[in-house]
Amino acid sequence: MTREEIREITILPGKNRQGKEEFFDEITIRPGDTLSIVGPTGSGKSAFINDIEIFANRDTITGRTILVNGSLPPEAFVRDPAAKPVALITQNTRCLCDLSVSDFLRMHLSSRGCMNESCIQDTILLANQFTGEPITGTVRMTSLSGGQTRSLMVADAILISNTPIILLDEVENAGIFKEKVIQVLRQHHKALLFVTHDPLVSLLSDRRIVMQDGAVSRVIVPDGAEEKAIRQMISVETMIGQLREMIRAGEMITAPLPVSL
Amino acid sequence: MKLIIIAGPPSAGKTAVVRQIIRSLSQIRAAFLKIDVVCATEDEEIREEFCIPSRKIYSGDLCPDHAGIMILDDAITWAIKEGSDMLVVESAGLCLRCTPYTTQSLGIVVLSAISGIQSPAKMAPMIALADIAVVTRIDLVSQAEKEVFREKIRGIRSDIDIVETNAVQGTGMRYLTRSIETACEITDPSSIMLRGIPPLGVCTVCIGKKNIGWKNHSGVLRQLDGDELMFRGD
Repeated sequence: MTREEIREITILPGKNRQGKEEFFDEITIRPGDTLSIVGPTGSGKSAFINDIEIFANRDTITGRTILVNGSLPPEAFVRDPAAKPVALITQNTRCLCDLSVSDFLRMHLSSRGCMNESCIQDTILLANQFTGEPITGTVRMTSLSGGQTRSLMVADAILISNTPIILLDEVENAGIFKEKVIQVLRQHHKALLFVTHDPLVSLLSDRRIVMQDGAVSRVIVPDGAEEKAIRQMISVETMIGQLREMIRAGEMITAPLPVSL
Repeated sequence: MKLIIIAGPPSAGKTAVVRQIIRSLSQIRAAFLKIDVVCATEDEEIREEFCIPSRKIYSGDLCPDHAGIMILDDAITWAIKEGSDMLVVESAGLCLRCTPYTTQSLGIVVLSAISGIQSPAKMAPMIALADIAVVTRIDLVSQAEKEVFREKIRGIRSDIDIVETNAVQGTGMRYLTRSIETACEITDPSSIMLRGIPPLGVCTVCIGKKNIGWKNHSGVLRQLDGDELMFRGD
C-alpha cells in the first residue's frame, strides 16, 4: 500500500472515561474532507487526533481502532516516517531541537526519504506567508517565536511531509494567519482535521465532531441551515482581523466599530 | 528465562518503560533488579505494584555499570530460583559510555524525546549495541521533531528498531512487547558475555575481558549480596 492509494480512513469507536461505548458506528475520512473536532478543554479532542496519528489499534487510552481502506494499516504507516500518511501539527509552539531551520528541515526531508534541496527554501517561503516576522534558514529552531514555529510546522506538513492527511491541533492559537493557512491547505486536496475552538473554522468544515468526557458524543453534518451564520461570522472575522493588524502595526483605533450583527 | 537489559540516561523514563513491560506481559512471570548509585526506590514500587520478586543494588564506590556486570550472573541465579520467566535489569544510566547489554539478552536503550537533538550522538555506544531504542515523552514534541530525532538515532545505527512511546500511557508499546515475546531465552548462563567493552579502570573488565560474574574477573569486584568491594588477584 503506497501513499497514493489511500482512499479512506475509518475510525471505529472506543469508550468514554466511564467505560461506555462511543455514540457512532464508524467515522470515515477521505482526501479533500475537512472535519472539525470541537468540545470543552479536556473533552478528548487531542486524544482523538492522536489516535489517528499513531493508527491506534485498541492500544491507547480511548480504545479506538483506525483502519486504512477498510483494514488494519501496515506497520510502516506507524513506524516509518517515509511511509507515514499522516502529519500532525501539535499545540506545541516550541521546538526543543537545537538546529538551524535549514538543517532541521533537511533532516526531516531525509527522514521522509526525500533529498530535494529546493524544498527547504520553498518551505521557509510558505511559512513566511503565515507569520508576521519572517523566518530565515540560518536562525536556530529554538529561537523561533511560537507563531513562527507553528507556521514552519504547517509549511513542513504541507511540503515536506506532504501527506494525504493533516491533523491540526488548535492552529488558530499561535497568532498566525489562520485564514491563509486554511486557504493553502484546501488547495492541496488533503483530508484536514482541525481540533479547534474557533467558530469560523468549525462552521466552515464539512463535519463537526463533538467531544465529551473523552468520547465522540455527536457528529454534525451541516445541512445549509448555518449559511447565514457563516456569512455573518466571515464579516465579523474580517473586522476583527483588520483591528488586529492595526493594533499589531501600532495604530490607534479611533473610528467607531461597525456593529452589524 | 529471558534476560531484558534496560539502559539509558537518568530520568529518561526507564522505570515507566519497565512498568509497561511488566503490565502488558502479565502472563510472563517477571523478576526485577534495579542498579543504582546512592538512592533508588524503583524496586519497592515495582514489588508493591506487581507483586513480583524485586531487588536493588547500590554500586557505592564502584561505577554502577561495573557493579551490574559483576553481579549479573548471581542475579540470573536468583531470578531462576524465584521461578521467574523473565529478569528485567534496569541500569543506573550515568556516564552514557557503558553498554551493559550482554549476549543472550534483549538490550533496550531508553531515550527521552526532549533530551536534546545531540543526545543520541552523546550516548552513541549505548545505542549502537542495543536491539531496540525506546523514545519516551513523544507526546511533548511535534511530529516533525520526532522524525528528526528518529533520524539522529538512525545516524548512530541505521538498522535499530525504534519504538516511540508516551510510556506513562503506553502508546506504541505493542511493538516493544512483541519484541520481548519473541526474544530468545538464556541458553547457557555461564557463557553470557558483554557485547561491548566498557571503559572502566579497576579490574579485568577494563582490559577487555567480557565474561559476566565476579568469579571470572580479577581486580576490584563485588557480589550481589553484601555491600563490600573485594579485591581478587595478585
